[in-house]
Amino acid sequence: MTSPAPEFLASIGLETHVQLRTASKLFCGCARAFGAPPNTLVCPVCLGLPGAMPTVNREAVRLTVRAGLLLDCEIGLRSKFDRKSYFYPDMPKNYQISQYDRPLCIGGKLEIEVGGARKTIRLTRIHLEEDVGKSLHFESSSGVDFNRAGAPLMEIVSEPDLATPDEAMAYLLALKQILVYGGISDANLEEGNVRCDINVSVRPAGATRLGTKAEIKNMNTFKGVHRALTYEIERQIRVLRAGGAIRQETRRWDDAAGRTEAMRSKEDAHDYRYFPEPDLLPIELTAEEVAAWRADLPERPAARRARFVAAYGLPEYDAGVLTAEKAIADYFEAVARACGNFKAASNWVMTEVLRALGERQMDIAQLRVTPAALAALIGLVERKVITMPTAKEVFAHLFERGGDPEAIVKEKGLAQVSDTGAIDALAEAAIAAHPSVAADYRAGKKPALQFLVGQVMKASRGKANPQLAAEALKRKLEG
Amino acid sequence: MARLSSFALHELSAKLAAGECSSVEIVNDLLDAIAERNGELHAYLWLNAEEARAAAAEADRRRAAGESPRSPLDGLPVALKDNLSARGQPCGCASRILEGYRAPYDAHVVERLRAAGAILLGRTNMDEFAMGSSTENSAYGPTRNPWDSERVPGGSSGGAAAAVAGGLALAALGSDTGGSIRQPASFCGCVGLKPTYGRVSRYGLVAYASSLDQIGPIARDTRDAARLLGIIAGRDARDSTSLDAAVPDYEAALGERLDGLRLGLPREYFGAGLDPEVERAARAAAEQCRALGAEVFEVELPHTPYAVAAYYLLATAEASANLARFDGVRYGRRVEGEDPTDLYQRTRAAGFGPEVKRRIILGAFALSHGYYDAYYLRAQKVRTLIRRDFEAAFERCDALLAPVAPTPAYRLGEKTDNPLAMYLGDILTIPVNLAGICGLSVPCGFTPGGLPIGLQIIAPALGEERALRVGHAYEQATRWMEKTSHASPSAIRGQR
Ligand SMILES: [Zn+2]
Repeated sequence: MTSPAPEFLASIGLETHVQLRTASKLFCGCARAFGAPPNTLVCPVCLGLPGAMPTVNREAVRLTVRAGLLLDCEIGLRSKFDRKSYFYPDMPKNYQISQYDRPLCIGGKLEIEVGGARKTIRLTRIHLEEDVGKSLHFESSSGVDFNRAGAPLMEIVSEPDLATPDEAMAYLLALKQILVYGGISDANLEEGNVRCDINVSVRPAGATRLGTKAEIKNMNTFKGVHRALTYEIERQIRVLRAGGAIRQETRRWDDAAGRTEAMRSKEDAHDYRYFPEPDLLPIELTAEEVAAWRADLPERPAARRARFVAAYGLPEYDAGVLTAEKAIADYFEAVARACGNFKAASNWVMTEVLRALGERQMDIAQLRVTPAALAALIGLVERKVITMPTAKEVFAHLFERGGDPEAIVKEKGLAQVSDTGAIDALAEAAIAAHPSVAADYRAGKKPALQFLVGQVMKASRGKANPQLAAEALKRKLEG
Repeated sequence: MARLSSFALHELSAKLAAGECSSVEIVNDLLDAIAERNGELHAYLWLNAEEARAAAAEADRRRAAGESPRSPLDGLPVALKDNLSARGQPCGCASRILEGYRAPYDAHVVERLRAAGAILLGRTNMDEFAMGSSTENSAYGPTRNPWDSERVPGGSSGGAAAAVAGGLALAALGSDTGGSIRQPASFCGCVGLKPTYGRVSRYGLVAYASSLDQIGPIARDTRDAARLLGIIAGRDARDSTSLDAAVPDYEAALGERLDGLRLGLPREYFGAGLDPEVERAARAAAEQCRALGAEVFEVELPHTPYAVAAYYLLATAEASANLARFDGVRYGRRVEGEDPTDLYQRTRAAGFGPEVKRRIILGAFALSHGYYDAYYLRAQKVRTLIRRDFEAAFERCDALLAPVAPTPAYRLGEKTDNPLAMYLGDILTIPVNLAGICGLSVPCGFTPGGLPIGLQIIAPALGEERALRVGHAYEQATRWMEKTSHASPSAIRGQR
């Protein structure tokens, strides 16, 4: 995207809230799940009943630290929880247990790529906190579903290093990719796993100090973030051009109207009255524990992409497609290692596998074609046991029902016909059926041969060895 | 013949074992005593009469069938302060804002009591949300002192202490944030124990100030207090602050002599403002301990003068968040409003009493932007200094002896118009909570007017055995509750 007004620069920082992929909630044993009937995944703790007390889910701590390690943060070996007070119907206790001045992860960075240019976005911190419930509004009343209340939420705060809506989008996509890679979050936007607050300011080009920022709260789609930023940057530039000043305020994005509107000014900002959570002990981590978690980290997407180019000789683009999702990259590597033909493995995964999954809207986890089966299939083509069209037929069969490609080829009699006698007969029949094409070939139109090969293939239902068919035809036409 | 309700738990436990009485007889006698005197004392807010009778019958049946007792408390009734959750029972903290709320789960201590076969007799009155020192802040009216019904029973566990002293309960569980077990025990002539912070799980105790609250027993003597503590103490994974330390046999530590023990008298606890009768009784108690073999000498706790101020900042800061959940949205009383904010304001305005409001406002202020460092943070530093005072003192001595409260029980209404005077009455108990250590209150005599006076025995963290040992030896040597010729508060005294 080109800047709408090159004489102005925007600075964007994002606070991204990501629900962690734990089995249970952050401070109680209730299941963390989406789509259950309202208020069925609750207990005294996550309902904030009088006398109930929180206890920390260590898995949530581990996943947050894992995110911090993947994002090059410094890990706080001694961090703590704090209470953040404000009244809201979806807050069971009217305070949220969060982390104020001693978060689990400090600093960090994320690489993004926009229009071929790479840029490093600095992170401020990552902290762990509990999610709130969900307000539901009916005709004449309102309700709150507390199923989500207490779910572990990680807040990733970036520095205002992003300059355009496209960069913000690239940041969110890269963040999502790395979190899914690490098994840290499902990052499922439909289930509200990722939500984000935007800080954005504009300043004249050349100015060193950042302009006054506005905050846009509660964005829950990446597209929404892009649209809201595009609108808000233009709005702020308009105000500045007209000689006005930006007010420091919180704004709301109205998706239907396509604009942001003022919610509250800085003067009405909440005083959250943070103080250390007395019901929980500080979170202590040992250097050994963190070292063990570091050793357990998956390869980061960018590193894996580079390795795919270097180790498998793949084009940059193909490596990018194959490493977009960890499960696909894992699948590709398993196939490539099993068959030894990296190019073929990459072609198969990028075309047949991804196309078939896309058509059925399926996830690679649901794929019935095991890496071993696909590798075997590639081997059959390589050894000329079957032709490419037959291989695609076998793949379709594997996709539906799974199984072993060699067994399928045998069972269905799909092996390539290399019997020269049979091919000679088919070649003769093809020439006889298309005398004019044969005449064209003899008159020097060499491409006419391809048509006749096609006829032989068709007559053999794809089983004829195309090279042998071409040789037989040539022999007969030229001989 | 003495009423069953006049005995101690351990005495009744022996009678049950000997077949001299039944659980049903004990429960019925208590219910009779309650029917006779609760109208005057207002010690109970809610009675569990039917269930208690049924549980007693069940305990008798088990005993008749030859089953061995589940614990020394099996078949014996215990009262609960109204801030301890018990499944199916109201848990109103003596507040209007929790009207209609019934706890859907058991507190850890209630689970322990049920497993021990104890019978839950009823719920005792308290200062609203445990905020107060006289039980006059109950939304349902004050409790009266059984020794003089014109006087307060102390607080905030005043209902529990009055019930135990007045013969309406054998023992009770209370909570102590700044003296709320020890001070009413002292005002009513009972034994009250504030355990070490973390010794007893707080799970299910409605929080007032989470870093200070602790549950403990109010009983007729030190043996009963030791027995109850043995049942409720121990690690509970649901309370992260509960300690993973072995629970000793507290009764085994009880003896007659104090030979070899070094007992300190904190100079600051015998300073200005101390009632002369209280001072005389406490010093006499120290002499008695010396006679029992202890070495007694003066020690210093120099930061004592700052304890009350630090406490009222920290406790109210925590309370301002702890009580935020009472908003009329999910449970308890609701006053409808135009929007959520209006609903909160109307509900909380109608639901909380003046002292609770005062403390929420004070606490919210102490935490506000720009004031946090000056108030909350500074108070935390004072807390550290007070903890160090005790650590230094405990390098020289094994336990400390002090009065529990500067005065004996005062008249109803005497301090209600002067919150600060009321707060200063907690000066001798608050430091123990700030330091997270344990304190025991045992009767140590009477004023000439016949009001009980309490002796406080302060021991280091997890020093409950030592405090109980000192208290028990002193109690056995003096037997104040049996010997006094003062007007009896109840059917208890003189009839044993
Ligand atoms: Zn829960």
